[in-house]
Amino acid sequence: MKTSEIRALFSVVSRPEVVSLAGGMPAVTALPLDAVGSMIGELVSGMGAQTLQYGSGQGDPRLRERICDVMALEGITDASPSEVVVTVGSQQGLDLVTRVFVDPGDVILAEGPSYVGALGVFQSAQARVRHVAMDDDGLIPEALEQVLLECRAAGDRVKFLYTVPNYHNPAGVTLSEARRVAVMDIADRYDLLVIEDNPYGLLGFDREPMRALRARDSRRVIYLGSFSKTFSPGLRVGWVLAPLAVREKLVLATEAQVLCPPSLTQYAVARYLDTQPWREQIKHFVELYRERRDATLESLDQLMPAGTTWTRPDGGFYVWLKLPHGLDAKRMQPRAVNAHVAYVPGIGFYADGGGREYMRLSYCYPEPDQIREGVRRLARVIEAELDLHSTFDAVDTGTFRAVPGRTPSHEAENIVGPANSDTYEDGRS
Amino acid sequence: MTESAAAPAMEAAATGQPLRAVVLAGGLAFEREVSLSSGTQVWEELTRAGVDAELRDADAELLPGLAAAPADAVFIALHGATGEDGALRAVLDLAGVPYVGSPAAACRLAWDKPAAKSVVRSAGLTTPDWVALPHSTFRELGAGAVLDLIVARLGLPLMVKPASGGSALGAQKVTRVEDLPAAMVSCFAYGDTVLVERFVDGVELALSVVDLGEGPEALPAVEITPASGVFDYTARYTPGLTEYHSPARVAGDVAVRAAELAVQVHRVLGLADLSRTDAIVSPDGEVHFLEVNVSPGLTETSMFPMAVEAAGHELGDVLSRLLSRRATSTR
Repeated sequence: MKTSEIRALFSVVSRPEVVSLAGGMPAVTALPLDAVGSMIGELVSGMGAQTLQYGSGQGDPRLRERICDVMALEGITDASPSEVVVTVGSQQGLDLVTRVFVDPGDVILAEGPSYVGALGVFQSAQARVRHVAMDDDGLIPEALEQVLLECRAAGDRVKFLYTVPNYHNPAGVTLSEARRVAVMDIADRYDLLVIEDNPYGLLGFDREPMRALRARDSRRVIYLGSFSKTFSPGLRVGWVLAPLAVREKLVLATEAQVLCPPSLTQYAVARYLDTQPWREQIKHFVELYRERRDATLESLDQLMPAGTTWTRPDGGFYVWLKLPHGLDAKRMQPRAVNAHVAYVPGIGFYADGGGREYMRLSYCYPEPDQIREGVRRLARVIEAELDLHSTFDAVDTGTFRAVPGRTPSHEAENIVGPANSDTYEDGRS
Repeated sequence: MTESAAAPAMEAAATGQPLRAVVLAGGLAFEREVSLSSGTQVWEELTRAGVDAELRDADAELLPGLAAAPADAVFIALHGATGEDGALRAVLDLAGVPYVGSPAAACRLAWDKPAAKSVVRSAGLTTPDWVALPHSTFRELGAGAVLDLIVARLGLPLMVKPASGGSALGAQKVTRVEDLPAAMVSCFAYGDTVLVERFVDGVELALSVVDLGEGPEALPAVEITPASGVFDYTARYTPGLTEYHSPARVAGDVAVRAAELAVQVHRVLGLADLSRTDAIVSPDGEVHFLEVNVSPGLTETSMFPMAVEAAGHELGDVLSRLLSRRATSTR
């Protein structure tokens, strides 16, 4: 089944009969919509001369100041507004960084699995992605060093490590404090640039935000931030925090792309941060997502057939689920659509064809009852698929094998997905 | 088929008002995306032809909507089960709402590919040998023994496809025996019954049939040449990945026999208004029936519109005439 077929199956997701555990859409209706509406109305009626006009390519200075306040919550206290470039979502920020640094054929290191939107950017830059294994504590430093050594031996030009350290998309795991230290030590020793993509860092359920990688090294880390998860994805406001020399190139690149980020949405975010209780709003989001996470994990615990494992996120939007041995999430998708439940097959989060046994479940958007129903349907789908496999796996003529082996590229590069870690096998009670 | 200039506004005979049509697109089938493209195209063509057309999904709002604002006729641009298995049409019959296309019973027959093949073969037409089996048969009798028997009887290569459904979703060509179980697993994800068919190599043809009141008439055949060699979902709906030739580059007698086959399929299955038969011409010139579609794709890359164009007609004219006929007459 090819990408276009997956897209076709996804078209059904928009129907209300389907429980979608697929999309990572923030729960924007939990915002104080009337207040936000009044605020934006006033920005047009009272400040239209500025908010409806072109702006600076680097972004509104007032917003850049407030962005520095936001980053301080994760330990980045030395950032200057002059080092911030406002972008159309952090997705544009990643695209700009990739355009500035990457030439066709260059190698980018990324967790395996990795954010699908980043893989798309890297693919369009004709970069080669090498995945680095993860487990419950995030990126494995030893695996990172091993890949770096292999790249060095092969003469590959590694441009940067792309990492989502907090509540990873899609794996749901967080890079531990000890590993943050270890990863930055490796980056230092191997002269490795790190792109820290941190859209979920303020959405932890059980603890204060962790200290960002950028807070540990202002020279070696380029930081991508976003208001999509803490305020609104529809406004498309993100940012890049980069050393001044890099910032210059980013501003030139963004001016070539979009001239300047939209003024109105920048003013809206700045005004929201100035006038609304945004920290309390984030707490409200966190409570809401925690409830949905709990509904997801409880349902999975109760309903999933033996052999299914999953991560237990303590923040963010996603659970990364591993199917019982031999099942293929992409092949199973038509059955799931028939059962009116949707997920994202794991293969989309790998650049090398890996991830067939995995799927991403998003709990951010559906209500808890819908989540429980969705997991119920998913469990039945997996059980039916297991039944099917028990029929065809039993074929034993010496030539028949129902389930093709893992792809050669996946094995050849020895890239290990997170659930290959023993810790993941404990995901099920 | 005779051509007529499109009227500035298609009128319902009784009222003198523009014809009001509801174009149904979307649905809950795997082919929702294709259906939305087809529906949009139909809506645009009908609107251009002067029809007061509304595009809507087949959901819980449909029947109340039709009751509140009756349509002269419904155009079903739904693909997959919702639009093609006859159920929706049976409901429209109950509601007394006219629609363009085949009646419910004929759709049920055409939707079931093995059943349609049986009828077509009984009518003396050629179709590749096949067997259709549910998962339970493999489970109960042992998949290895059954698969061995299939391969022994039908040989290789084989086509493995869901017993119902379109757009080649779930369909696979299997050339090696060891790939067969995996193909079965993939195919059963789409439905409970799998159709395994002897693969026939040759020229692939799409044979469109339209009936504007003077009996079913075959439009010029469209020859399909996918760049990848396989006319799968991607090849069907990605512009540039497949070459189409219409009329098909086949000998005149083959084209005549292909047209006759398509019309005969349309007749023996009891189809109405429009259909598209997929067929293959083997090197010996034999035309083999593969399957028939009662709600053919009407997107920009679909073969029914290509055939209409190859016949020298305007798609909007053909669609609006089909609609007008259903709006003004009973079946």
